Amino acid sequence: MGSLDPLLIARWQFGITTVYHFWMVPLTIGLGPVVAGMQMRWHRTGDVRWYRMVKFWGKLYLINFIVGVATGLVQEFQFGMAWSEYAKFVGDVFGAPLAMEALLAFFVESTFLGLWIFGWNKLPKAVHVACLWLAIGGSILSAYFIIVANSWMQHPVGVVLVKGHPVMNDVWAVLTNNTAITAFTHTMFGSFGVGGAFLLGISWYHLWQRRRDGIDTVDAAGRVVSGVAPDIPGRDGSDHSIWITSLRIGAVVAIVAFAGVAITGDAQGKLMFQQQPLKMAAAEAACHTGTSFSVLSVGKLGSTSCSDVVPIIEIPGLLSFLAKGNFTTTVEGVDQLLPQYEAKYGTNLPDNPIYGSRAGEKIDYLPMMEVTYWGFRMMIGFGGIAAFAAAVALWLTRRGTVPRSKGVMLLAVGGILAPFAANSAGWVFTEMGRQPFVVAPNPTGVDGVYMFTAAAVSPGVSAGEMLFSVIALTAVYAVLMVFEIRLLVRYVRGGIASAVPELAEPDQPESDDHSKSDVLAFAY
Amino acid sequence: MDFLPTVWFVIIVVLWIGYLFLEGFDLGVGMHMLFSAKNENQRRVMLNAIGPVWDGNEVWLVTAIGATFAAFPDWYASLLSSLYIPLVFVLLALIFRAVAIEYRGKGKSVRWSRFWNAALGIGSLVAAFGIGVTLAASTTGLPLDANGDRVGGPLAWLTPSTIVGGLAVVGFSLVHAATFLALKTDGDVRLAGNRFAGRVSPIAVLPLLAWALIVQFSSGSPLSWALVVVAAAAVVVAWSANRGGSEGLAFVGFGLFLIAAMAAIFLAQYPVVLPSTISRSFDLTVASASSAPYTLGVMSVVACFGIPLVLAYQGWTYWVFRKRVSASHIPEAHPVEPAVRRA
Repeated sequence: MGSLDPLLIARWQFGITTVYHFWMVPLTIGLGPVVAGMQMRWHRTGDVRWYRMVKFWGKLYLINFIVGVATGLVQEFQFGMAWSEYAKFVGDVFGAPLAMEALLAFFVESTFLGLWIFGWNKLPKAVHVACLWLAIGGSILSAYFIIVANSWMQHPVGVVLVKGHPVMNDVWAVLTNNTAITAFTHTMFGSFGVGGAFLLGISWYHLWQRRRDGIDTVDAAGRVVSGVAPDIPGRDGSDHSIWITSLRIGAVVAIVAFAGVAITGDAQGKLMFQQQPLKMAAAEAACHTGTSFSVLSVGKLGSTSCSDVVPIIEIPGLLSFLAKGNFTTTVEGVDQLLPQYEAKYGTNLPDNPIYGSRAGEKIDYLPMMEVTYWGFRMMIGFGGIAAFAAAVALWLTRRGTVPRSKGVMLLAVGGILAPFAANSAGWVFTEMGRQPFVVAPNPTGVDGVYMFTAAAVSPGVSAGEMLFSVIALTAVYAVLMVFEIRLLVRYVRGGIASAVPELAEPDQPESDDHSKSDVLAFAY
Repeated sequence: MDFLPTVWFVIIVVLWIGYLFLEGFDLGVGMHMLFSAKNENQRRVMLNAIGPVWDGNEVWLVTAIGATFAAFPDWYASLLSSLYIPLVFVLLALIFRAVAIEYRGKGKSVRWSRFWNAALGIGSLVAAFGIGVTLAASTTGLPLDANGDRVGGPLAWLTPSTIVGGLAVVGFSLVHAATFLALKTDGDVRLAGNRFAGRVSPIAVLPLLAWALIVQFSSGSPLSWALVVVAAAAVVVAWSANRGGSEGLAFVGFGLFLIAAMAAIFLAQYPVVLPSTISRSFDLTVASASSAPYTLGVMSVVACFGIPLVLAYQGWTYWVFRKRVSASHIPEAHPVEPAVRRA
């Protein structure tokens, strides 16, 4: 192996670009339905407060959406660019959901979002909000298809082996892969959690700012007395109710989402114990067969021998409950599983040029335990924190406003990050936990349908090219993150007037009806 | 089921032509915004002419790539890995361009809008050039070994033919966008579009014609040669329509030029999807690079249902936004100030 390893760089690139892309996606999926629901409420009630909420949250939705679209392009290309052997091996079955995603989901998403953005006052109201629902449906459908593709890598189904290649023979098996169904629902709830925390944190900031500016006060019983500030655009009679409503919607969404995440996550965990036992054993640092769940283990976790791992706190029976639903069935540990994998898939990589300099190397079937162990715990921990914080937030705001404390406000705003972190940790866990396979073998599937990551990278692409792209993409992504956050902060701080600019011009009546004038209701 | 790979070759060609036709004017508009627009209002007129549709248009690219992956995994793998460097630039360009469209009007400073104008214009230029390089490489050949891997280093794709291909898409996009703006806007932008198309098109269409001829000389058939003639005739019709002030016909004419030229290129190439310049026996063909019949059958059902639907609702979008955009339609920019009481 030279000093620069194309495989390692390609893996870093995939990890960086995918984790980044999946910061924008869950916010898009989590926020979209809330905005559409608000627009329907506005249509039904005619209450201008709902209109303003649609405008404000819709603006933030779009600022975030575009970065998701832009970074999604990279995903469609990099399987071929950096992973050509992978693309050739799995193309017969893996390409289909990607093509379906583009044809059935991306077109709907982009086209109807364009109609929604520019359709104010042009389309009948029912058609206009239907366009947003269709765009959101496109986003969700695209998530489904890409998770179908990913789940096939986790648990290949619906194929036969022809000349050493998996060839699809049952598309329904691929589309209804139980791994995909549980992962998809889990991901959806995870995304709603992101949307909920986003609504909660930003609304909290505005309620806090209103108190700070002396617009809202509390009476002797602690109940809010909301006021108006004619000198600040947007801080009129409806402003307080907009933020407290948004906050409560966000908190409820976050709590419901976490319940969904927990239920689907439990189902997913039980499946994974069957489908990729070594991943789950690594997640638990379960070195030996047993029933106990490790709350905390320390040691040189990277070692494959497992001899260094020292469990500090264990809960007897919990591991069995997570894996099998009872407290007594023992769960196989790393020490028992490794020999099974070695017997089935070999102890060394085959002497095949496809593995390059790695041909003949010993295979390490144990995923990096630090990553899986802590990834698993960060996922659950951050998700739990977000849900708990949402419940606390509901209680703290029961009298109609937030505490004056700046620290608590900063916690609420910072809390926006918790579900993002949970999502990222979950993906890192499940993808790293699949190693050393890029296509993990299905224990009950067709023999021979698996692929080592070491065989997947493009043989014709040099390490220098990969290094160039990973540096360029990471740098550009970092710059985009700065821009996106700057814009989000500016529009958040601008409040409702940033999205309903008429409010900043007192002589102009606020109205969604510009039909008399020629000016576009929305323009870039 | 032997015909299915050919069906999918045709579908992918249709997707690429759809992409070049639709995003052609989006990319061209991005370049015109940087190089031709006289002021901010003109830039916004141009941008809002494509505003509701550009994102949907870009999906044609994603679909062309995704369909290639599904139907011809070996073509997808060899082409994309061989063109690693140019495709990194295409991706970066498309990323900057997409974000620029959304972000350029949301800043406060002149520096902000200047930065995003450059990102939009240069992004469009680089994307158009890189897509042209990619398609030209796929039709004129790459140094591929028996495994379909590129030999000869990171710049092995750089040949006179691929440069012609890059220029072809840039040149076509500029003209196409000019006739599009003439059709979709009013006022100065419309006049400038008409002028640009009339003046520049005789030169700007040459690289695409040259690319079509390069492929014809290596593997042309009578039918594909006939399509080149159609393409050339379409240019003449479009140019005289432009001179005669018929904006609709000029747009259709240049559009037909693209369709005929690309059809001529892909038809001449068939059944090869990606030629190897090392040995003809390493060529990837419709038969050798395709997925199995079951996959192609499933995807055919999806395409039969999906593509007409896409055409229908995208067509409806153009109908909804059929009105010309002009300077008076553009709302004033609103500064965003924090909703905070100043002490």
